Amino acid sequence: MKEYFLLFISAIFVNNIVLAQYLGNCPFIGTSKKISVAIGMGSAVVFVATMAASITWAVQEYLLDPLGLQYLQTLTFILVIASLVQFVEMFLKKAVPPLYKSLGIFLPLITTNCAVMGIAIICQREEFTFIKTVAFSFASGMGFMLALIVLSAIRERIEVSRTPKSMKGTPIALVMAGLMSLAFFAFKGMI
Amino acid sequence: MVLSSLFVLMGLGFTAATILAVASKILYVKEDPRIAQVEDVLPGVNCGGCGYAGCAGAANAVIDGKSGANVCVIGGIETAKAVGAVMGLEVLDMEPELAFRDCTGGERAEELFNYEGAGNCRAQALLYNGAKTCPEGCLGLGTCVAVCPFDAIHMGPDGLPIVDPLACLACRKCVEACPRGVLSIVSMSAKLLHVEEVNDCLAPCQQECPANINIPRYIEAANNGDYAGAVNIIRERNPLLLVCGRVCPRPCELVCRRTHVDEAVGINMIKRFVADWEMKNNLRLPIPCAKETGRKVAIIGGGPSGLSCAFFLRRLGHSPTIIEAMPDLGGQLRYGIPEYRLPKNDLAWEIQGILDLGVEVRTEQRLGPDFTINDLEEEGFEAFFMGIGAWASGTLRIDGEDAQGVLSGTEFLTAVGLGQTPAIGPKVIVVGGGNTAIDAARTSIRLGCDVTLLYRRTRDEMPANKEEIIAAADEGIKFVFLSAPTKVIIDDKGKATHLECTRMELGEPDESGRRRPVPVEGTEARYPVDTIISAIGQKPQLSCFYTKGEEQCSIGFTRWRTIDAHPETLQTSVPKVFAGGDAVSGPDLVISAVGAGRQAARSIHYLLTTDQIPMADNILRELIPYTLFKDVDGCKHKERSEMPHLCSGDDRTSTFKEIEGCLCEEELHHETSRCLRCGLTCYDRDIPLENIFTNRVGEKVE
Repeated sequence: MKEYFLLFISAIFVNNIVLAQYLGNCPFIGTSKKISVAIGMGSAVVFVATMAASITWAVQEYLLDPLGLQYLQTLTFILVIASLVQFVEMFLKKAVPPLYKSLGIFLPLITTNCAVMGIAIICQREEFTFIKTVAFSFASGMGFMLALIVLSAIRERIEVSRTPKSMKGTPIALVMAGLMSLAFFAFKGMI
Repeated sequence: MVLSSLFVLMGLGFTAATILAVASKILYVKEDPRIAQVEDVLPGVNCGGCGYAGCAGAANAVIDGKSGANVCVIGGIETAKAVGAVMGLEVLDMEPELAFRDCTGGERAEELFNYEGAGNCRAQALLYNGAKTCPEGCLGLGTCVAVCPFDAIHMGPDGLPIVDPLACLACRKCVEACPRGVLSIVSMSAKLLHVEEVNDCLAPCQQECPANINIPRYIEAANNGDYAGAVNIIRERNPLLLVCGRVCPRPCELVCRRTHVDEAVGINMIKRFVADWEMKNNLRLPIPCAKETGRKVAIIGGGPSGLSCAFFLRRLGHSPTIIEAMPDLGGQLRYGIPEYRLPKNDLAWEIQGILDLGVEVRTEQRLGPDFTINDLEEEGFEAFFMGIGAWASGTLRIDGEDAQGVLSGTEFLTAVGLGQTPAIGPKVIVVGGGNTAIDAARTSIRLGCDVTLLYRRTRDEMPANKEEIIAAADEGIKFVFLSAPTKVIIDDKGKATHLECTRMELGEPDESGRRRPVPVEGTEARYPVDTIISAIGQKPQLSCFYTKGEEQCSIGFTRWRTIDAHPETLQTSVPKVFAGGDAVSGPDLVISAVGAGRQAARSIHYLLTTDQIPMADNILRELIPYTLFKDVDGCKHKERSEMPHLCSGDDRTSTFKEIEGCLCEEELHHETSRCLRCGLTCYDRDIPLENIFTNRVGEKVE
């Protein structure tokens, strides 16, 4: 149990996928202007990352490893994640239209989200079991969502504060992301 | 190895494609194809200015009916037309909207926003009611500037946001950010239709003006040398600025805060200057009108209220037709106000400007004998405005008043206005103390008569304008106060030779608040006279409403024999008939008639377009108490300018040349600089400025 707890803490705080691993920066900056948007994007990432990591785990375990085709990992994962996202989009549109609507344009955006890809690959590199893969990918998605919400909260305030013109918008957001990254390094001491 | 890799990848791809193909068959959702079509015609910049997540979101909103064809704030009319084409709608010329800064009130900050840090307007409003604590005004911290995605707002030198009309795309972001409702997105029509509400930011002068002209704003424009801007601001409320610049008795100046410092700002002088500037340069500034609606409205009476109603209806896109009984338009402006106060050429120039917008005119058509409302209805008119004025004179109620040589003031002034020279003889007595009496007296003296004005109270109680009374005395008119006529003495030919009067003394105050004159027995005196002009009140001529042989009239009247109309909508007992001006209020100011004309135009517009006439609960009915200061500190004395006189001596009393001139540009700037800019700069004297901090930069407000 302790192991899973540490895995959670590590994925959310210490090895946060954006702030420590530096993955998924474009959606991180692009969708962190408003808290409501950040929550939508965050939950979409949690959902897709968990699904993608589980399926890629199976592909790796039962297809690539037995055939000795590990070098095809990146290509295969891209293919799997892209089709998965398409499938999930179709499914949600049909089955849960309100959720589909609230996720809006963020769902297709995740197709090219390297954070999701990164989470899937990390699970393979760490040689996690299936359960651990699910737990880790879910926690990493949560870490992404946390970072996104915190940044969007900060950005909403920056929006109404006086900012030098050259720093308005994305530049100040990147500076804030950098500062948040430094702050999250402090969590290293937790483990 | 290569082959197996290929097989795996192709296999995976094929499997994924198969799953997706099957899924797309099972999970197929029928989607409105117009969403894609709408998205195609949007500019595709995903700016978010429309308030939706990208162009796809905007397209969805259009299809869902949440947004109109004008959803895209940067695409303009072309994009709107393209979206309209997809939706099967025709987008006609869309009225442009702009962000507009004018403290128009709205809900209070406390009710709307949570704490968001002291450095912005919302927090400031919440914590301190603002650095400037007028309950309505702009806080000047620039939150609107920060949120504008198009850089269309910047802070002006006076700490107030300035909207750049060329950059503004009316995306509403500034409106949402402003906690005071100082910013609004308005179109021209919305400005014309707005009725002043108590939580609008209204300087006392604007509240007191019967037409609610935005006085501080036009003075500000004139001060900046933007005379065209000033004219346009006045025209939002008053199409007769040349006329009012000359004859308005200026109720606004009575409540000017400057009176607590020295004298009121010469508001009307400034109006006169900008109005004259337009006329003298023959500019005819363009007056925008909304798209034609093709709805016909009949306006009966071409006086100030009728002209105003026609002007505003035309600007709102309707097709008004003025039907006038006299040979020319203008009503009492033309036939009641003498040439020396309002030259006919100037009046004609102003009226032509209104007609040029596309107002039709029929003259010498009298309601009753020549046509009835039913006739007009058959012609296709959908609403009616009665601006028939108050042309019937009050009677003296004394013996011999039907004699030859006894005229009513309106009769006399109308004859002179028509260019006739009535044979009134050398000795004239005018009875009355109002503006009509003074006008009749001053007109008579210009016709070479010896004029005496008889009034039953004292000079202090005369209802005429003070300046007019002084000017009349200057011109040699004799006054007899506390005297009332009792009998007209006639000769054997039935012509008036003398007027018998009795001396009066003032008794207890009557219902008008003035002391009631009481006759003193045995003090009768006789004055030799050739003509007696009675100017003791006017009322509307209502007989035209009764069709022949009928006692009943479908329109209700008040007990003062004026038309009974709703005080705010001006609707009469017949729903599509509206009335305003002197016919409703009794004899009143030109500017009141102009205000009534706009009010009626608004009501007619709503009745024609929406079938109901909306009225806010909190509309301005009386002066807002907290805007009326008792004194104003920190202002230096500045002498009020004086209007130059154009003629003097014999030239003044022997011709009808205009008497009052216009300020020169230098004097105008002196006068505009006297304005305290109430409503444009808010100040609260209860909190000393040095105690007010703006937490954003930790600096004191200077």
